[in-house]
Amino acid sequence: MATPGGVVYLSRRYRFAASHRLHSPELSPEENQRVFGKCANPNGHGHNYQLVVTVGGEVDPLTGMCFDLGALDSIVRERVVERYDHKHLNLDVEDYLENVPTGENIVRQVWGLLAEAIPGHKLRRLKLIETRDNSFEYAGEPA
Amino acid sequence: MAEASLTKSFEFSASHRYYRPEWPEEENRRIFGKCALPHGHGHNYLLEVTLKGPIDPVTGMVINLVDVKAAVEEVLAGFDHKHLNEDMEYFKERIPTTENLAMTLWGLIDRRLPQGPRLAALRLHEDEDLYVEYYGGR
Repeated sequence: MATPGGVVYLSRRYRFAASHRLHSPELSPEENQRVFGKCANPNGHGHNYQLVVTVGGEVDPLTGMCFDLGALDSIVRERVVERYDHKHLNLDVEDYLENVPTGENIVRQVWGLLAEAIPGHKLRRLKLIETRDNSFEYAGEPA
Repeated sequence: MAEASLTKSFEFSASHRYYRPEWPEEENRRIFGKCALPHGHGHNYLLEVTLKGPIDPVTGMVINLVDVKAAVEEVLAGFDHKHLNEDMEYFKERIPTTENLAMTLWGLIDRRLPQGPRLAALRLHEDEDLYVEYYGGR
């Protein structure tokens, strides 16, 4: 039987625990409360985040892999997990000084961090899972 | 006619080893790490099979799940509780990575399914943190 070929997508889940506060200095306290509700509480709150990184490509005929999993683990752990794990995203990192660390902004920021090390045509999708019920997906800028 | 996607999950348990026989052991260990250990290791794989097609106006179904179950279980019987490197012919020239396994299963399941809705996707979970998606090469 001829095995089909083409692109295969590999997804790997990473985890980090972080705190944040959803609050914009451009909004009044009342507006922050109205827009962000309890996510605006002054001392913040936290999540066990999960980050699912999807890479894609043709399968190497020798290794049987579409991406070096060891290399992917190193890249994601060094550039994202160690950067954010057990940190306060508003206070301990500089990534969200200009915008609110919502799931939407975090997933785009993480894309930027990973795209520096993963070739553009290989990084296909990110999914940031904030809670059991909330997740955010990003597939890069449209071509 | 309205179209919908239907996904059914299946589990199977298998062992495998990542190594190339023509490489020295140090090279296999360097590339594949502990996945190259000589006696292999195993996983409880979870396979999600997605079919897409029109919804039959009489039955309200894209495809009868009984037929999907029969087809996929027949294919997976050849993989369940097997050693992927040693107990079958598919991985004599290729390593039974999750990628290669997904592509092999696509070919077998696509041939075994009844006529009608097309196989749209396979998602093969090796563990709770790693899975592969294959859309037939699309």
